Amino acid sequence: MESQILMSEELFERVLDRLAHQLLEHHDFNKTDIVGLQPRGYDLAKLLKSKLESLLPGCTINCGGLDTTFHRDDFRRREKPIAPQSTSMPFLVEGRNVILVDDVLFTGRTIRAGLDALLTHGRPETVKLLVLVDRRFQRELPIEPQFIGKSVDSIDWQYVKVEWSELGETCRVMLLNEKPE
Amino acid sequence: MNHLSVNHLTGIRNLTENDLNLIFQAATEFKEVINRPIKKVPSLRDFTVANLFFENSTRTRLSFELAEKRLSADIVNFTAGNSSVKKGETLTDTVNNILAMKVDMVVMRHPHPGAPQFLANKINTSVINAGDGTHEHPTQALLDAFSLKQRHGDLAGMNVAIVGDIRHSRVAISNILCLKKLGANVRVCGPKTLIPKHIATMGVEVSHNLDATLQWCDVANMLRIQMERQDKSVPYFPSLREYATEFGLNKQRLGALSKPITIMHPGPINRGVEITSDAADSEHSIVLEQVENGVAVRMAVLYLLAMKR
Repeated sequence: MESQILMSEELFERVLDRLAHQLLEHHDFNKTDIVGLQPRGYDLAKLLKSKLESLLPGCTINCGGLDTTFHRDDFRRREKPIAPQSTSMPFLVEGRNVILVDDVLFTGRTIRAGLDALLTHGRPETVKLLVLVDRRFQRELPIEPQFIGKSVDSIDWQYVKVEWSELGETCRVMLLNEKPE
Repeated sequence: MNHLSVNHLTGIRNLTENDLNLIFQAATEFKEVINRPIKKVPSLRDFTVANLFFENSTRTRLSFELAEKRLSADIVNFTAGNSSVKKGETLTDTVNNILAMKVDMVVMRHPHPGAPQFLANKINTSVINAGDGTHEHPTQALLDAFSLKQRHGDLAGMNVAIVGDIRHSRVAISNILCLKKLGANVRVCGPKTLIPKHIATMGVEVSHNLDATLQWCDVANMLRIQMERQDKSVPYFPSLREYATEFGLNKQRLGALSKPITIMHPGPINRGVEITSDAADSEHSIVLEQVENGVAVRMAVLYLLAMKR
């Protein structure tokens, strides 16, 4: 299978740094929580949390993992069922600013489900979207990210794969010419 | 993730070990959902479930209804008491009439063993058995096993005693089948008259001595004495008082054991008969956890079957 590296592990480090600084520029983290979409958005959210905490000594940031399975709009319309992942939201987002984090933004449907799922944990003041990879021009819903790791112009049948290292500390992003099994 | 291997839940007998694990996995996530500030997910929002109760039920019906509502399904309820069943309508006709109104799934309790299977063969909709006579009560067994798994982890090799009226108990049959599939050792205990002759063919041990059974087991599931199913002319045991003395669980019996055991009861409890209040409300009793898990497990079953439609 042909593939192309969109983001190497070295570049990922730099992108993570940039995203953390961008977030700091715009947010007061005493009033802001990070929520990652399970499974891989949560890994990214945890990395962002530790990066931000190292930049803000003494500050503890709420970081939650949200599963969107039960809120998806394609239930009973898919061939293969999706396994629910665990939701770990040990805090309420009522009145807070939320950074919603996911790895790849494609059609926008997962984010829509994620927004629904988020609202079951309270009414946030604001929600902003951070994605590692934005596949532009492929949106099926009016959803746009505010913080972007890398924008990619890809064709419909191509597949963007985020490969995490075993410890989940770093990753690289590949563009594949077909969807892997 | 895979699909369930069945289109209906008529009994534990038809489920594979993989099915059980799928249900437990989904139930774990649904348990988290029902503990959220907003306890509802939109998964079944274009789905209608008919709850057909041809026999009395409080908690099973409430539990199913809550599970359906938490999944955003639409519900129609039916009880046999004041319906056309009294006018002589057959089961198939009753259900087909309800299905003609575009219902997607049927949850049924019926006094006759095998009624849900009969229906499953006749109609083109998923059927969930909510108890059929003395045959099976699959969701109760699933929630019992799920509650035990939450408390103790893997059930393989665990000793589980089922005590009481085994003869009339669909809960006992489903529990035995489910626990055996998960690798637990099962022993039934009760007066000879309340234990069916051939129960040992299900791979369980039989005992008529409660104290020895309690000493052996890690978990005791105390079943209700089903007054409504006792033979009035020839009773199965001399008196409730004698039953309570021989087979009732109480604090003294628990205190005499070398290790604490987990206590379960499917409800409704006859306090002072099969179990005394101090035992039913003790720290080792998981009776109320069973009720909470009942909603999560039923959500899982509804969700996984709906996925197949």
